[in-house]
Amino acid sequence: MRKDTSDLVFKYFLAVFPCLILLLVAGILYQLVSSSGLSIHKFGFKFLSNRTWDPVAEDFGALPFIFGTCVTSFLALLMAIPIGVGSAIYLAEYAPAKVSKVISIFVDLLAAIPSVIYGLWGIFVLVPLMRTHVQPFLGKYLGFLPFFQGPNYGVGFLSASIILAIIIVPFIISISREVILAIPSVYKESSYALGATRWETIQLIILSHAQAGIFGAIILALGRAIGETMAVTMIIGNNPSITSSLFSPGYTLASVVANEFSEATSKTYLSALIEMGLVLFVVSIVVNALARLLIWSVTTRESVTV
Amino acid sequence: MQTMDFDKAFQRTKAKRYFMDQAIVYVLFLCAFVLLFILFSILTHLVINGVSSINVNFFIHLPKPVGEVGGGMANAITGTLTLLFLAVLFGVPIGLAAGIYLNEYADYRFAQVVRFTIDVMNGIPSIVFGIFAYVICVLPMKTFSVLSGGFALGIMMIPMVTRTTEQFVRMVPNQLREAGLALGAPKWRVIVDIVLPSSIGGIMTGIMVALARVAGETAPLLFTAFGNRFWNHNLMQPIAALPLQIFSYAISPFEDWHRQAWAGAIVLIVVIFSINLLANYFMNRRHRFLNGQ
Amino acid sequence: MQYQVPEPKRTASRILKQEEVESKVLIQVKDLNFYYGTRLALKNVSMDIPACGVVALIGPSGCGKSTLLRTFNRMNDLIAKTKVEGEILIDGVNIYDKDTDVVSLRRQVGMVFQKSTPFPKTIYDNIAYGLRLIGVKDKHILESVVEKCLRRAALWEEVKDSLHRSALSLSGGQQQRLCIARALAVNPKILLMDEPCSALDPIATSRIEELMEDLKKEYTILIVTHNMQQAARVSDKTAFIMQGELVEFNITSNFFTNPSNKLTEDYITGRFG
Repeated sequence: MRKDTSDLVFKYFLAVFPCLILLLVAGILYQLVSSSGLSIHKFGFKFLSNRTWDPVAEDFGALPFIFGTCVTSFLALLMAIPIGVGSAIYLAEYAPAKVSKVISIFVDLLAAIPSVIYGLWGIFVLVPLMRTHVQPFLGKYLGFLPFFQGPNYGVGFLSASIILAIIIVPFIISISREVILAIPSVYKESSYALGATRWETIQLIILSHAQAGIFGAIILALGRAIGETMAVTMIIGNNPSITSSLFSPGYTLASVVANEFSEATSKTYLSALIEMGLVLFVVSIVVNALARLLIWSVTTRESVTV
Repeated sequence: MQTMDFDKAFQRTKAKRYFMDQAIVYVLFLCAFVLLFILFSILTHLVINGVSSINVNFFIHLPKPVGEVGGGMANAITGTLTLLFLAVLFGVPIGLAAGIYLNEYADYRFAQVVRFTIDVMNGIPSIVFGIFAYVICVLPMKTFSVLSGGFALGIMMIPMVTRTTEQFVRMVPNQLREAGLALGAPKWRVIVDIVLPSSIGGIMTGIMVALARVAGETAPLLFTAFGNRFWNHNLMQPIAALPLQIFSYAISPFEDWHRQAWAGAIVLIVVIFSINLLANYFMNRRHRFLNGQ
Repeated sequence: MQYQVPEPKRTASRILKQEEVESKVLIQVKDLNFYYGTRLALKNVSMDIPACGVVALIGPSGCGKSTLLRTFNRMNDLIAKTKVEGEILIDGVNIYDKDTDVVSLRRQVGMVFQKSTPFPKTIYDNIAYGLRLIGVKDKHILESVVEKCLRRAALWEEVKDSLHRSALSLSGGQQQRLCIARALAVNPKILLMDEPCSALDPIATSRIEELMEDLKKEYTILIVTHNMQQAARVSDKTAFIMQGELVEFNITSNFFTNPSNKLTEDYITGRFG
């Protein structure tokens, strides 16, 4: 009797595609490395610690951009975590079903708004507000701190961080909410049965069980914040500087690539910019791999206990 | 007696505990409220600033040169649609086939490796895809082009399409596959005739969600599609796109262009929300379908 | 190979005589061992199954009855890390031979599952599917087969006006009969039924049982059931399997009234399981 070969053909045909995906990611890494070879060769590891950015003299260092990316991402997380996790707990545990559903739709809408529109809103709404109200206020009452000194441009680290926070909050909410909802209700009930209040139950059961998952969500959001380009480019002020003042204009890895890539005239300039892309790529892979491992570890553990 | 002590302890801490419980509700509600307020602010500003520039001309005219009032974004709107079409062409077949393979054929370890790669790929900043497309397409072809832009958006769609395809194909009950095999169908026929039709609604939803996400992407287009002030019917030439146009108008110093940027933002949001609505439609149809209506 | 069965009545009259049941052996199972990984799920099973009639496989859950059923159309091939030793001969041909074409084997051995498995197609297309697979395109042939199979499965009267509606719109019992009709359309000799009624209400169940009554004149039916009353009602021979071993395989009337094995007696009197 005849064996059916059509099935094998189909199988191997399909197998090409996942391999293509693996090749694609490897290809991205290879292309980034080989295209930034000039810069890697010329500056070596000093590229990461050099604070000069001088296209005319062809002296390129990434430190101000790394600084900018770190500061804005960190501040954004600082603002987004309480709001995001708080909202997630509210939606999952407190809000009436209808309210929760409506708010979740709005959160999804927020997540669907493209970053260029956040940037637009940032330029014309947030930045003027920062310049005329928020920054003078902060300067007046918290001006003794080095963070809140300097002229009120409106644009700068603080505004960029706020925009970033708004962009990443929906991610934190939707993942945290899922993680919280995935906790079997027996755990919660066992806490209520001991006479705990709602908030005590949340602290004890939810936050301890959902901890790793929420942490994963936060790291995932961090990855977003690091790679977010347009909105930041539009309101950070685009000035490579390392300063303690959050009012001052800055620059990030992603936004310098966005801004200067098509103007890069020399080969070294271009390859320095591509090396920035490489740094972004590596950092985002590390961050995402970490987050995925965390989330996976939680979900598999839960599925065992359930 | 012990029990008495417990009662006292309960009474002593009661007020504080109950207060905390109440207070936290307001704090948490405030968190959610802040979000809604921001969304509300963005949407109202869009409408207030943009609606006055939305008229027929906006949809049928090219941008006017600097200093002249009026003009539209006809080329950017069609440009975005062209780029999305190309993105689907690049991204969907790969994602679809990979997703099916992962669930139907792949052995566990290979599947885990691919899944992990996909998840990581999903988190790569969009601008990196732009650089990649620039190095792969723009440099060898020596020109910014529609093709390179569509390519950049297309590879961004792959992880999402693969993931949702795999997920929905997995939901098809195994007995349905066995029922097909028991009739003497080869496995590939079972996949094509039974598994795919059963999961197509969910897969379409996934494709739409991925499409909505790349529709607003600007960064990967900056140095691939590049933008164009005129019509372009050549795949090897730069093309305008709504997000690019919004970006360049927003950072320009001209008031009329700012208004146009807001108007463009409204159109872009409408495009994205409609794609999302379409995703919902496919999902609902899937539910109706599975319930046999 | 066809023989006359008394008119189907719901009483003892339909229970076949010993020599009728033994009339012709269609399936021979010889020293069958089945492994999931290293776990032995079927141990040295040997049985001769006669052509036509209903054979019920019963036993406590996890005993291997479903596994045994699925060896007859090699459905277990789909599960990774399984291994088969021994032979199953259908009409004298070993289906575990290296050269066996599994696809054509499965055309001879139809299967109905625990949950109804309508394909996401119309009622008509569901039944025509098996024929279209082998390239039958002629509308008249397709239509006549669809009608014949639906009539055979006692579903025709209920769906004849809605053949082009989604099969998913049918009720659970109707879907199950549709699956039977679909299996019949490829003209099998043997029908495997894996707890076909466990998801159905009593009325739908009795309709399926009546149908089996009718079908066993032409087909050899193997049914796995967890319901001993059902086995007693519908089957001509019953096999009791426990922990992978075939404990007893006997004419149904003898099986339940006069079991030859102590384990069987314990099981049917509910002392365990």
